[in-house]
Amino acid sequence: MSKFPELALAAALATLTATPLLAEKLGIGRPATPDEIAAWDLDVFPDGSNLPAGQGDVWTGEEVFAEYCAACHGDFAEGVDNWPKLAGGADTLADEDPLKTVGSYWPYLSTTFDYVRRSMPFGNAQSMTDDDVYAIVAYILYSNDLVDDDFVLSKETFADVVLPNADGFIVDDRAETELPGFTDRCMADCKPAAVEITTNVVFPGDPNSGTDATPISQAVMGTAPAAVPEAATEPETEAAVEPVAEPPAKPMILDAALVEKGAKVFKKCKACHKVGEGARNGTGPVLNGIWGRTAGSYEGFKYSNVMADAGGGGLTWDAETLAGYLENPRKYLKGNRMSFAGLRKEGDIAAILEYLKSVSQ
Amino acid sequence: MSDEFEGAKTSRRSFLTGAAAAGAAMGAATSAQAAGDPLITEVQDWAAGLGDGVDASPYGLPIEFEKDVVRRNVEWLTADTISSINFTPIHALDGTITPQGCAFERHHSGAIELRKEDYRLMINGLVDTPLVFTYADLERFPRSQKTFFLECAANTGMEWAGAQLNGAQYTHGMIHNMEYIGVSLRTLLEEAGLGAAGDIRDKWVYVEGADASSNGRSIPLEKALDDCMIAFKANGEALRKEHGYPVRLVVPGWEGNMWVKWLRRIEVMDRPVESREETSKYTDTLENGTSRKWTWVMDAKSIVTSPSPQKPIAHGKGPLVVTGLAWSGRGAITAVDVSLDGGVSWQEARLAEPGKPMALSRFYLDIDWQGEEMFIQSRAMDETGYVQPTKAQLREVRGLNSIYHNNCIQTWHVNANGEANNVEVS
Repeated sequence: MSKFPELALAAALATLTATPLLAEKLGIGRPATPDEIAAWDLDVFPDGSNLPAGQGDVWTGEEVFAEYCAACHGDFAEGVDNWPKLAGGADTLADEDPLKTVGSYWPYLSTTFDYVRRSMPFGNAQSMTDDDVYAIVAYILYSNDLVDDDFVLSKETFADVVLPNADGFIVDDRAETELPGFTDRCMADCKPAAVEITTNVVFPGDPNSGTDATPISQAVMGTAPAAVPEAATEPETEAAVEPVAEPPAKPMILDAALVEKGAKVFKKCKACHKVGEGARNGTGPVLNGIWGRTAGSYEGFKYSNVMADAGGGGLTWDAETLAGYLENPRKYLKGNRMSFAGLRKEGDIAAILEYLKSVSQ
Repeated sequence: MSDEFEGAKTSRRSFLTGAAAAGAAMGAATSAQAAGDPLITEVQDWAAGLGDGVDASPYGLPIEFEKDVVRRNVEWLTADTISSINFTPIHALDGTITPQGCAFERHHSGAIELRKEDYRLMINGLVDTPLVFTYADLERFPRSQKTFFLECAANTGMEWAGAQLNGAQYTHGMIHNMEYIGVSLRTLLEEAGLGAAGDIRDKWVYVEGADASSNGRSIPLEKALDDCMIAFKANGEALRKEHGYPVRLVVPGWEGNMWVKWLRRIEVMDRPVESREETSKYTDTLENGTSRKWTWVMDAKSIVTSPSPQKPIAHGKGPLVVTGLAWSGRGAITAVDVSLDGGVSWQEARLAEPGKPMALSRFYLDIDWQGEEMFIQSRAMDETGYVQPTKAQLREVRGLNSIYHNNCIQTWHVNANGEANNVEVS
């Protein structure tokens, strides 16, 4: 009997596929080489099999975490804004609003290792060494009070860690708990006739309109103030005397190819920094107009003291200062909050400078 | 060309003003009848001048008047739009095929750009010969064409906690339905040879994407061999990048997260990986704190798309078309019922065509609305005999902490003005 009951319906399939398949091959494709398989097949299993060699301790983990992870996940893995919280929530799963973290919810440590190794940090995945990954995972365990501060995570110690919610999952049981009960197609007198509203909609208007509570239906129907139709009396000659646009005061000359390259490099920054029309401060400040801007001066962004002081002391972003900062942000301005390791390639710095110049037009 | 166009622009403005006045009240309509509708009695610009040439839009977008029929996201729902979701404007669409340009998107690390020339698909693990295919290779295998819905497991998830967002787009828009062209996954697995897998009944495939999220899911090999597809075209054209260009996996009837985009690797294995998206996400925590996993099949569900909060009744009393969508991951939709009184009594709606397995069905109910208050609901039935449950029925089994796999009956409260709002009812 198949262990997947919903598939048992396909009886014909079951008999067809119980034995290995011996279908005719078309000879399309080529064999994968062992190196290719090793490059892509990074699976790690709950029992720790397939883990790479390496190790990392809690204290190293704290440093690496501060550099690569803390901007979104917080210094103590507690999460910033809407970014995932990685620590806390122990014993909350049966509560009204459970806090699901690596410590409280994730059943297997292999999942954490695998995800950090393949997909983090956000915007620069697969850039860390396996030792760094071991260290980060050790620190996440420590943040959840699951190991002591002298713990060293490695291929060898991996199986010693059992996450609290390892036994907290059951396999889909809808076939027993739901399907038999959901078969009544009642057509009349299905419940008491006086139906009442028990809950009204929480966000009656456009969910992106903030405090504007004009119900969506009113906005659509025009009972809310609607846009005034454009006046029909506009003189027809207007288009003919369109004024020549005035040139911008200080045109910047841009290298289009370099801007394009810079836009690609900027993907490393995008998770935290927004540019363009409607850009808003995120984990980092908006970078529109960064070229020539005083450091630490974008409205509404809460800068580190170091950055604000640097601006107060006259630091302005130009080719030289930005290049220095982006090469090694921590060294350039010790104690600033940007957790980015820096751009190692000189070409990348030149490209991103050109790109930042372009968004400052 | 520009001369005619400028002329047309000016008079279009007067037309808009006239139309607004005519449509504003019943009185205006009556006077228009007396004098004759100027849209008919007067020669209009479009009947006299010229329109766009055939070179105006080599790949066309919808006309400007339909510019509101777009995907929308909810800014505060996620930390960043790069790892987020938006919603299909189902309230404004009809029929069953979702145009790719407005079919919802969900990315974990953004929609990447991957050229066909750079595309590689690897099959490894318990196969006789691990293989690598190029995109061109895939086009040489025997092809198939099938239409399926894709529903995110989180569709309607917000609504567990009560009536939250006001519109079918927001409550039920994490769904689309496309006609896929591709190769069956079975064909590719057989090309690699499954002799090494032995008995296939307890084996799995792990499927993984090429983007930075490396979204990966474990799927029972039986399902992989049954009906999964490697798709490279949808609705007749190449996949959009936001849907996995050049190649995505199609897992009919199962939760959208398994339909891995930018598919790069398929590994046959003897156990599941227990990846992030199949443990920490897409699992349902029950009342006692234990959580369900492997809830792959999307149960039967339906939604009235019009009238609905974004699509109120604008025409006053009289004939009204009630319409919506129904689907089931367990097979074909066999019937849809509609209630106008909040579930006290039901009447069977008309299916636009017989239900297709694991694809959207369109239903219609033509009624005479006399301005009475309505609590509109719809209820789907599928070929297994399943009847779409109420939220109360689901909560009784799952408690209040569930998020995913919410297939409950939805209620729209319609008032005398024809305005609709999302509510929960007794």
